[in-house]
Amino acid sequence: MLDDGKPIFQQIADSIADGILAGSFPEGTQVPSTNELAAFHRINPATVGKGLGLLVDRDILHKRRGLGMFVSEGARMRLQNERTASFRAAFVAPLLTEAASLGLDLETVHRIIDQEGTNS
Amino acid sequence: MTDDSAAPAVRLHGVTRSFRRVNALDNVTLDIQAGAITGLLGRNGAGKTTLMSIIAGHDRATSGSVEVHGHDPFENAPTMAAVSLVRDNQRYPDSFTLANVLTAAPLFHKRWDRALADELVAAFRLPAKTAVKKYSRGQMSSLGIVLGLASRAPLTIFDEPYLGLDATARRFFYDVLMRDYLEHPRTILLSTHLIDEMEPLLEHVVILEAGRIVRAAAADDLRGSAMNVSGLTTAVDALVGDRRVLQSRRIGALSSLVVDGPADDRLRSDAARAGVEITPASLQDLVAAYGVDESAALEGARS
Repeated sequence: MLDDGKPIFQQIADSIADGILAGSFPEGTQVPSTNELAAFHRINPATVGKGLGLLVDRDILHKRRGLGMFVSEGARMRLQNERTASFRAAFVAPLLTEAASLGLDLETVHRIIDQEGTNS
Repeated sequence: MTDDSAAPAVRLHGVTRSFRRVNALDNVTLDIQAGAITGLLGRNGAGKTTLMSIIAGHDRATSGSVEVHGHDPFENAPTMAAVSLVRDNQRYPDSFTLANVLTAAPLFHKRWDRALADELVAAFRLPAKTAVKKYSRGQMSSLGIVLGLASRAPLTIFDEPYLGLDATARRFFYDVLMRDYLEHPRTILLSTHLIDEMEPLLEHVVILEAGRIVRAAAADDLRGSAMNVSGLTTAVDALVGDRRVLQSRRIGALSSLVVDGPADDRLRSDAARAGVEITPASLQDLVAAYGVDESAALEGARS
């Protein structure tokens, strides 16, 4: 991880969000501290703090004074909704654009997706 | 991580350093934030080593003012004692062994941590019997890292600390630098050409070019503050318009530009329609964009 084109703080936020979606960090539990993440990934703690801040702003995480960061109630559902919206924008829209440029109609696209779905 | 409102560890105002008629530093004004890790980037000859020497009190500005922890560092013993400068070409007396160096170091640095020094010496496998003067390039760099980290100086400066180190040793350095910085926060200034590898460690970035500061900002803000734009020259030029071009490479009908400013959605969709590729410029792209002699770079392509 931590090498694609996205800003590093965004990648930190995404990796924690991935962990929450996958159930590694259930709601109400504590996530690794800024210093643990900084030491583990060899990333400046200011950058890690900025990444965690993105999740606090969206109420995915909340701070408990003196204790650390915890996963908020309903975080998983909110993440799922957000990711579904960005899935449409990031994957489905370009898929349809590419299909159109290849002259594939919607029916063909549906059929390809169905075939791919039964294969995997 | 750090408190922006705290007094800066280093304040430079209008600093110029001339060697005969050449200005190695030209009117540099810069604050270095206390408690943060700052990267000093730029091409060879940009003035990085001169800047570091002046901050450490080893060299003196021709004009301008320099304050380290509120005092002029030049030949000022108390201020210099709070600074550890690890040079890439540190010299040691002929007969010095590792033990001599490790005995001398605590005399200059009152926060010296013996246990950390011992741990690092073992990890880097530094030979005890060889005269330090006969160390290999990599061993010399390792020793510098030991001295820089174990000094726990409130201001620690590393001038290209990785020369001659293999990938494993460099990774160990990044690990131990981050671990010790988190346990004992202090101001760290380091120069590097290994930008892709070391940029995640940095909170602030200063880019020097020909003795002047061309960028000084939070690393997170600099990443993505410029973009790479490439495609057919006519399409690229039409898209870029009057935006500031930091670097251009043109070969035949193809152009690849580094352009100032982040890409917005409008530009992205225009680019997609025009068949022009836009990617965010990395810190490495940004540094490389400064100080390129375009006519020289293109000679190769024409011949």
